[in-house]
Amino acid sequence: MASTSVVLNSGTRPPSGGRVHAFLARLKRGDEIAHLITLIFAACIFALTAGLVFELWRNSALPRHQFGWHFLVTSVWDPVFDNYGAAPFIYGTIVTSALALFLAMPLGVGAAIFLAELAPKGVSNGLTFVIELLAAVPSVIFGVLGIFILVPIVRTDIEPFLHKTLGFLPLFQGPIYGVGFLAAGLVLTIMVVPFIISISREVLLAVPPEQREAALALGATKWESTWKVVVPYARTGIAGSIFLALARALGETMAVTMVIGNDPKISASLFAPGYSIAAVIANEFTEATGSLYRESLIELGLVLFVVTIIINALARLLVLTTTRRGTAHA
Amino acid sequence: MGGLSDSAVMAQTSEEQPAIARAEKAASIAVPKIRVRGLNFFYGQRQALQDINLDVEANKVTALIGPSGCGKSTFLRTLNRMYETVRHTRVEGEVLLDGENVLASDVSQLRRRVGMVFQKSNPFPKTIFDNVAYGPRINHNHAGKMTLAEVVEHSLKRAALWEEVKDSLHKSAYALSGGQQQRLCIARALAVDPEVLLLDEPCSALDPISTAKIEELLFALKDSCTLVIVTHNMQQAARVADMTGFFLLGRLIEFNRTEIIFKTPSKKETEDYITGRFG
Amino acid sequence: MNGIMLTLTGVCALIAVSVLMFILGYLVWNGGRYLTWTFLTHLPAPVGETGGGMANAIVGSGKLLLIAALTGVPVGFMGGVYLSEFGGKTFPFMVRYTADLLNGVPSIVMGIFAFTVVVLPMGHFSALAGGMALGAMLIPIVVRSTEEFLRAVPLTLREGALALGANKWKTVATVVIPAGFQGIATGILLSLARVAGETAPLLFTSFNNQYWSSGFNQPTASLPYMIYIYAISPYDDWHRQAWAAGFILLALVLAANIGARLILSRGIRVARG
Repeated sequence: MASTSVVLNSGTRPPSGGRVHAFLARLKRGDEIAHLITLIFAACIFALTAGLVFELWRNSALPRHQFGWHFLVTSVWDPVFDNYGAAPFIYGTIVTSALALFLAMPLGVGAAIFLAELAPKGVSNGLTFVIELLAAVPSVIFGVLGIFILVPIVRTDIEPFLHKTLGFLPLFQGPIYGVGFLAAGLVLTIMVVPFIISISREVLLAVPPEQREAALALGATKWESTWKVVVPYARTGIAGSIFLALARALGETMAVTMVIGNDPKISASLFAPGYSIAAVIANEFTEATGSLYRESLIELGLVLFVVTIIINALARLLVLTTTRRGTAHA
Repeated sequence: MGGLSDSAVMAQTSEEQPAIARAEKAASIAVPKIRVRGLNFFYGQRQALQDINLDVEANKVTALIGPSGCGKSTFLRTLNRMYETVRHTRVEGEVLLDGENVLASDVSQLRRRVGMVFQKSNPFPKTIFDNVAYGPRINHNHAGKMTLAEVVEHSLKRAALWEEVKDSLHKSAYALSGGQQQRLCIARALAVDPEVLLLDEPCSALDPISTAKIEELLFALKDSCTLVIVTHNMQQAARVADMTGFFLLGRLIEFNRTEIIFKTPSKKETEDYITGRFG
Repeated sequence: MNGIMLTLTGVCALIAVSVLMFILGYLVWNGGRYLTWTFLTHLPAPVGETGGGMANAIVGSGKLLLIAALTGVPVGFMGGVYLSEFGGKTFPFMVRYTADLLNGVPSIVMGIFAFTVVVLPMGHFSALAGGMALGAMLIPIVVRSTEEFLRAVPLTLREGALALGANKWKTVATVVIPAGFQGIATGILLSLARVAGETAPLLFTSFNNQYWSSGFNQPTASLPYMIYIYAISPYDDWHRQAWAAGFILLALVLAANIGARLILSRGIRVARG
């Protein structure tokens, strides 16, 4: 409560009585009621989160009892015989997200460094505006572009090229489809880069100017001060932005569903079609007639929820510590 | 008046106790508008005001001077309890408004009686009319003899702003100049017809012409209102105030008639400050 | 080294920006080409026939957004008011943190939630379920943006109102919220633009409908859903319509974003001046 303790020295009323009196006065004026009403709405956030957990848990009881922890490591997904295992989906989700991060990390952090530290202010603001718009593009649009533009390019150019140059690696062997882990990873890369850029840029801008000035005063070039002083100072926050991007990549549904190939198989090759958690929920939920089938899908949702919540919680803490430290200095 | 100058040099130590006794005796004859006794103020652990004793006389201008951080603004904010917007503050002592303890009364009622004008003019992002009408509207006290429009006009006239804005009452308050905005804030405070008006460095952001206008205004308002002004500008205090108090490091060093403070101060710290040796 | 890295990082930024330019250009070229008056005003053609439009999906998206706004905005707004005006320290921090976490929950999971809470008890898909899924997504976004814009209202305005004898809730209702209103409204617009493009939460809540849906109790077509269905179909005519629908959706979302950002940058200048 934002109230102040007022110690009364008038002798007519003891302090505790004064506090009760003050509370009653505020209650009469409506302040406490307004406080309470808004508090209830704020508490809806908790109710919503708790409801989410409860519903996911309650509605995934069947597979949890039937399969236990094996659910996570079994690679069979067979609606005909009502036998379900999440392994291929978990694998597909991790592979595509890892690929996306592998590509998006250098691209995003590089662009953020350019925008925050090196570019002139006007250029930086203009480009940031555009990049934030990119973050607003609906994922189904990325899916459409993925199907009609990216997948053909992947099939005719990227995958043959990778096969020719890096074909000795198991990652780049096997038949070429176009759709598959690689295409999904590439779409995800494009989708998460704006997140990494805009949050990393904010974190970099929160680095106190004295840090830069100190380095520059010692004769460092602009790049040296950026790379040796500013970036290390902001590294926790940048890590946070990457984790946020990871959480988003893991949970991304539409774009992945449209280009991953939707085949519940675990393959070493990035060229092969696969499946992700979000994609299988999207594709099969409305067709899941049996309770065990549907609840298995909901348990997949629960897995996705738990993983993204943990990663998000970590990421937010990382970003929070950096920006707070920065502003405390400034 | 004589009793007041006695009460003015307030006791800080126990050996001067008789001074309080005399002051209280004098006050029973001419009751001060605001009486402050043994006021201590804390921001968390830090004590910002120490044992302040002071009487504000009705229909006079009382100025509070002192170097920045001396506690004069904090003191002003105890008179209408504006300090409550800051967390972890604590007050001990008595502030009596017409003999009624300010610290125990209803804070909204108190602030209707004790208005305030701030250092930086803070008109609401509304029209000029709505700014002035704000107080009467929320307090529902324009239902008396005057209509709301009359209250607004009357208040703007009292703040010497009417002639300048009477044709643009429904334009945004932000269209006014800095000095006009500050007078609008005064008009807004006057619209609830306060008995006391507190002014916290009202001219510090203004040019000399606007400052002169506001100082004239203070003279005119004296008849209907008790004024307490905090200022860092000693000349301003000398020009407008009947009584002046000098604050230093959270203590009220000296409080007396303005000409005495500026011509024959009794404390060395006051003299040093007046003559510009520090501060 | 300095020059090399400047170029290299600059190239990174350029790649990111050129991707958007490419998306925009391609959609305008392709989508704009297939956009016709029929598309905007007619129902989808039966499978196998060419022609038809997505009028029902456009209206459906509007319906879903309306329900989302009605359920999500009041909660988010009041929660934001609490965080900015009435909160203390620990509890608001927890609310804020939870809101951020909720914001990161994959939208498909929100879809499952709406399915178990609304669709299962009702026994059928409905606009209501889809709208509430989107509404739940709105809440954390609106909470955070409302709080941010209220915090930007200068303390001096609050003091001005309090000094006139207004109590706290009157100060908040008559001075603070009006002063922050433009920002709050813009924030709400941005959040609506964000959920307007969501597809995953609608897949098994509002589902789809080839015809007009009356009221809020029936399965309802929506633009993102139609784009998805049409894009993965084997028909060329449907692909063309998917492009046209994508063009409309992207244009609406980007227009809302650009408009909001322009208002904000202007508004901030006014507040500082």
